[in-house]
Amino acid sequence: MKKKLSTDEMVKRLLASDRRSAARLITLVENEMDDHHKVMSLVYPHTGKAMILGITGAGGAGKSTLTDHLIGKFREQGNKVGVVVVDPSSPFSGGAFLGDRIRLQSHSQDDGVYIRSMASRGYLGGLSRATYDVIRIMEAMGNEVVIVETLGAGQDEVDVIHIAHTCLVLVTPGMGDDIQAMKAGIMEIADIIVLNKADLDGADRSLRHLQGALTAGSFEEGEWMPRVVSTVSAASKPEDLQGIDELAATIAEHQAYLRKTRAIDQVKYNRVEQELGLIFKDELQKIIFKGLKGTGKKREYIESIIEQQDDPYSVVKEVLNTYLLTGE
Amino acid sequence: MATKKKIKVLVTKVGLDGHDRGAKVVSSLLKEAGMEVIYLGMFQRPEGIVKAAIDEDVDVIGLSYLSGEHLIFTPKIVEEMKKNSVDDVLLLAGGTFPAEDIPTMEEMGIDKVFRAGSLTASIVDYIKTNVEE
Repeated sequence: MKKKLSTDEMVKRLLASDRRSAARLITLVENEMDDHHKVMSLVYPHTGKAMILGITGAGGAGKSTLTDHLIGKFREQGNKVGVVVVDPSSPFSGGAFLGDRIRLQSHSQDDGVYIRSMASRGYLGGLSRATYDVIRIMEAMGNEVVIVETLGAGQDEVDVIHIAHTCLVLVTPGMGDDIQAMKAGIMEIADIIVLNKADLDGADRSLRHLQGALTAGSFEEGEWMPRVVSTVSAASKPEDLQGIDELAATIAEHQAYLRKTRAIDQVKYNRVEQELGLIFKDELQKIIFKGLKGTGKKREYIESIIEQQDDPYSVVKEVLNTYLLTGE
Repeated sequence: MATKKKIKVLVTKVGLDGHDRGAKVVSSLLKEAGMEVIYLGMFQRPEGIVKAAIDEDVDVIGLSYLSGEHLIFTPKIVEEMKKNSVDDVLLLAGGTFPAEDIPTMEEMGIDKVFRAGSLTASIVDYIKTNVEE
């Protein structure tokens, strides 16, 4: 029952910062509708200038509350801000309960802020690919800052954060000692570690553990060493908030570091490399399944593997030879 | 291999009404029916609700009422929707209010009213039928 404008018209309006067209185009991309690739081709030349900030951490760490404050800081600096908040989809029903907007309300009347909730779904091309596209649409809309907020649970969400220029990882007191902090994973992707709820018991000890874990790592001369910033992002009185200014300043410092050392070039290179890999994987799979469709061969292959007459690697090799290398 | 478009629903409460149990229960039921629910919570203003509905490109806005403000806020939301030319979103209302107010609410612009005690299936079916047409 949704009314339709042409894709070209919607992109034209998007570039003039029309939020309804932005919203419709994101829906189109999220649902991998027919014009998806065309939209992204049209949008692409208008992207690449925004600062992309990733925020991740366990549920309840305070990501959305902190994001709400950071939006305010970026607005004070005169930037328009786009925000993508990713929450999990139910693996059973496919539905989702997206509740982040509740804590992102300080700017609900501000036309310079565009917030979009996204369910993690089971994206064909992966969550990270869909999120890349949504971020690009927000860039083309004219947002100078795009914030991506995810739970950071699982590889797919860690991939999402890889596209950020500056990545914040939120932790709270009582989440484990330095041994937990030293384990591989989410801490390694942080440019800035935010110890939120720093007014809780055990915050001092957590801060020591985090700093201890960081200093146990090795960093080259001139390389960015992750900072730890303590914050209190929720308080009944504004004067009880802590660390928000320091966090904003540390983000600016990291941005300056990226520009000065040209590390931003590497971030962008890695991002495009990863994205190309994802698109290739997705498109190749489509070509192959399209080639097999209606031939009954897919079933034959699967059954021969189950019956151990064949193995998956040999089948993939044979299929690739048939449907790809022959040009079909 | 296009996936079927997910139905997106904005669930919210307007004004000073602080009872959100019903809104949360309905949100959960819609999630279990495979829909994506944007839960905006309590104490919202009509302007904020309509702006969120535009940004999120939702198919449905669901208003939950309990404190007797349904006849005051409904026209304000309808007016805000008109002002922003939001004319392709279903507007539903649910909660606790007198049955005799239903025709008035429908006249004001609510597409369908579900009072407390409505069957889940009736809400889900109504949304599915009317969004996917």
